[in-house]
Amino acid sequence: MNEQILSIIEKNSRIDLRELSILLGMEEIDVANEIKKMEEEGIIAGYHTLVNWEKTSIEKVNALLEVRVTPQRGRGFDCVAERIYKYPEVTAVYLISGGFDLLVSLEGKTLKEVSTFVSEKLSTLEDILSISTHFVLKKYKEHGSILEKKYEDEREQFTP
Amino acid sequence: MRNPLSDQIVNIKPSGIRKFFDIVQEMKDAISLGVGEPDFDTPWHIRDEGIYSLEKGKTFYTSNSGLKELREEICRYVERKYHVSYKWNSDVIITVGGSEAIDIALRAMLNPGDEVIIPQPSYVSYEPCTILAGGKPVIIDLKAENEFRLTEAELREAITDKTKILVLPFPNNPTGAIMEEKDLLAIAKVCVEKDIFVISDEIYAELTYKGQHVSIASLPGMQERTILINGFSKAFAMTGWRLGYACGPKEIIAQMTKIHQFCIMCAPTTSQYAAVEALKNGDEDVEKMREAYNQRRRFLLHSFKEMGLECFEPFGAFYVFPCIKEFGMTSEEFATRLLEEEKVAAVPGTAFGDSGEGFLRISYAYSLERLKLAMDRIGHFVNRLREEQNK
Repeated sequence: MNEQILSIIEKNSRIDLRELSILLGMEEIDVANEIKKMEEEGIIAGYHTLVNWEKTSIEKVNALLEVRVTPQRGRGFDCVAERIYKYPEVTAVYLISGGFDLLVSLEGKTLKEVSTFVSEKLSTLEDILSISTHFVLKKYKEHGSILEKKYEDEREQFTP
Repeated sequence: MRNPLSDQIVNIKPSGIRKFFDIVQEMKDAISLGVGEPDFDTPWHIRDEGIYSLEKGKTFYTSNSGLKELREEICRYVERKYHVSYKWNSDVIITVGGSEAIDIALRAMLNPGDEVIIPQPSYVSYEPCTILAGGKPVIIDLKAENEFRLTEAELREAITDKTKILVLPFPNNPTGAIMEEKDLLAIAKVCVEKDIFVISDEIYAELTYKGQHVSIASLPGMQERTILINGFSKAFAMTGWRLGYACGPKEIIAQMTKIHQFCIMCAPTTSQYAAVEALKNGDEDVEKMREAYNQRRRFLLHSFKEMGLECFEPFGAFYVFPCIKEFGMTSEEFATRLLEEEKVAAVPGTAFGDSGEGFLRISYAYSLERLKLAMDRIGHFVNRLREEQNK
């Protein structure tokens, strides 16, 4: 049941308990308890809103950084990752396999703000060997949702 | 000029679902709950295999019975899911949808005057296909108090010495009824005793919300007298690919293949390649869709309960079948007014047989948002009708 609760609220965190309990055929109180438990255990780590900023007049600039670092003895990459993720400009940090080590997602107001952050804050950290910065030009899909296209029912009428 | 038409076909009524949808199409912001096909797109990896087969130039006919690889996969799938073993090279034929399989099974098995027992309400094509194949339909009116399951007593009563085939349409369109193992055992016993063949239309088998679907072919003595029909449309959301199959005794499959090769040649090649992928790697997709349907099913049942509309709990397909007898209207009147006054289209139960009178088929192959909107409107409608009655 937990998996089903999670898969519904991952798509729609605003769904109310009553509706959730109807959809899952559970008692409201049981759903509430399950959610509370998962919040406490940190399985549910937060509730977010998916915003398509491009549709607003507010400017946002996103960049993805490929970062190569020197791992530290006994601590691996955790220490460097922590240094990086503490900056509020950083929206996501992943340790990844392949040609570089960390994939960092950045958000800023202007191109300049982002590039200044990279050149002055990040690249000066001592364990960082190299950074290559990719600015995001367009977001097509995020968090499992397609941002531009609206779903339309294209099924034709037929019989039987 | 002479009358160019066959009397037989002229005398067959067109499907009752049609009329409604002509109106719906004209009507702006009408919500249709009438469609009998999944609202999901075919999972991408399946479409991708179809595309890939085109890129590789797989654009020729396949063998009449269908791709060897697909028939082998079907045998594995049917064995894995329903515990019946078939031989890929003699017991399986790939058809253009489950509906072709129904047609050619009847044509391969019926002699003039043979009787075919058809429980109703059910899918609209069994009756005309029986007539076109020279058989005589014998209708069993299924009952709401039995949750629209077929009972042994009902079957026994319908059997004559001319009875040859029982059509077994479960999980059922339009009622959503299922037959569990205990129900099927009783039916199987009668079929063996009376030497009757079964055409088991299991196209909705994957959409079962209570336990696992049981195929009557898996019961003792039944495989040799059952044509098991299934397909890809409902389970994998592949309606437009037009692909189904029949498994059964090789003598019957051989004659079905003969009709198929003269009328159809073979099922669409691209679809067959895509279907191989569906059977190999589609379990997770099926599971996800089933869960989404199940949530909608629960939502609808809850909504009808809140409205005070009588509705038995259906455990299969993607339909609910609420009862509207309290309003003293025919299904058709109710559906027409619902469409005119609240712009919600649902199919009157009578489109699926006379025993559908007093019921409405509501499809939940629609997004939850659409369903919520529709239920609000039906709620208003029901309240208004009750106020009218109380005046």
